[in-house]
Amino acid sequence: MSRFSEGDTVRVREDYPLGHIRTPVYIRGKEGTVVCDFGAFGNPETLAYCLPTEKRELYKVRFRQKDVWESYRGPAADTVDLDLYEHWLEKKS
Amino acid sequence: MSTHGQDHHKDHHDDHHHDHHHDHDHHHGHDHHAPPQPDDKVHSYHQMLGIAVKELLIEKGIVTAEEVRRMVERRDSITPANGAKVVARAWTDPAYRDRLLKDANKAVAEFGIEMPTTHLVALENTEKLHNVVVCTLCSCYPRDLLGLPPSWYKSKAYRSRVVVEPRAVLTEFGTSLPDDVEVRVHDSTADMRYLVVPRRPAGAEGMSEEQLTALITRDTMIGVAQVDLSRQ
Repeated sequence: MSRFSEGDTVRVREDYPLGHIRTPVYIRGKEGTVVCDFGAFGNPETLAYCLPTEKRELYKVRFRQKDVWESYRGPAADTVDLDLYEHWLEKKS
Repeated sequence: MSTHGQDHHKDHHDDHHHDHHHDHDHHHGHDHHAPPQPDDKVHSYHQMLGIAVKELLIEKGIVTAEEVRRMVERRDSITPANGAKVVARAWTDPAYRDRLLKDANKAVAEFGIEMPTTHLVALENTEKLHNVVVCTLCSCYPRDLLGLPPSWYKSKAYRSRVVVEPRAVLTEFGTSLPDDVEVRVHDSTADMRYLVVPRRPAGAEGMSEEQLTALITRDTMIGVAQVDLSRQ
C-alpha cells in the first residue's frame, strides 16, 4: 500500500543518522513533488549490512532547483529528480 | 561548552551538525599521497579490500578464479553500442519508443539485453526538456547499456557540480542550452538506472536505423551532449 501519490507535495526528513543512507544530504529538509511511485524495494539501510530487510515504497521526487539551492543561477523551471524511500518523506498539505 | 550548558537541546543539535560535517569531510582525507609513478599501480584502501574479499571467496570455494575472470571480461566487453541500438530503434519505431518509455527493462530485452537486478528507466529529451544523469552518492550507471562509466562520471567534480550548476557543467561539455529548455538532473540514488534518449537531430530524417545507431554516443545517453549532425 502506497503512502504517497503522484502530485503530492512532500518534504524530505531533515535527519542525519549514521549508516548506509541513500538520501543525499543536500536534499534533506527540501520540498518536492512525487512524480512516480516505483513500488516496493528492499531498504538499503539494512540491506547494506545483510540484516533482515523490509520492503519500502520508492518514489521519484522532483525538486525545483531554486528550492534546493538558494543561489541557483539557472531558470526557475530547472529541476532535479531523486529516488527516495517512503520513510524519508513527510506529506505536506 | 559552558555557554551552552543550560540548553541541552541546542547542544545536541549542534553536535549533530558537527558529526554530519565531520562525516562528510572524511571522504576527502585519503588522497594526499605523492602522485604515483605512471606505471606504478598503487591500490586504494577499497581496491585492496576488493582484492582481499575476492581471494577469500575463491579460497573458500564460493567462486572460482575462472568465473571471476569471465565476469570481468563480460563486463568489459559491453559498450555504448547497446544503448545506441535501443535509442535508434526508439527514433525509428514509435511503438518501440512507447514500450521503452513505459517499461525499459522489457524493451531492451527485445535486443537480448537482460537486466535482472536493476530497473531501467528511459528519459526522453524533447524540444523543451533536457535530461542529464548523475549518481552523487557513488557511480550508479546503466552498465548493461553503456558499459563501464567514464572516469569523469565517477569524479567528485562531476558528481558534486552537475546537481548544483548543471548548465555550467553542460557548457564545459560543449552543450549550451537556451533558458526555455528545462534542464532536469536525475540523481540515481536508489534502484533505478537511467538512460537518456537524446533528440533525433534535424537532417537525420532519411537515415536508416543502422546509420542512426552510429551517431548515438555514450555522452548523449548520459545527457551531457546532444546528437548533432553538423559536428559529425
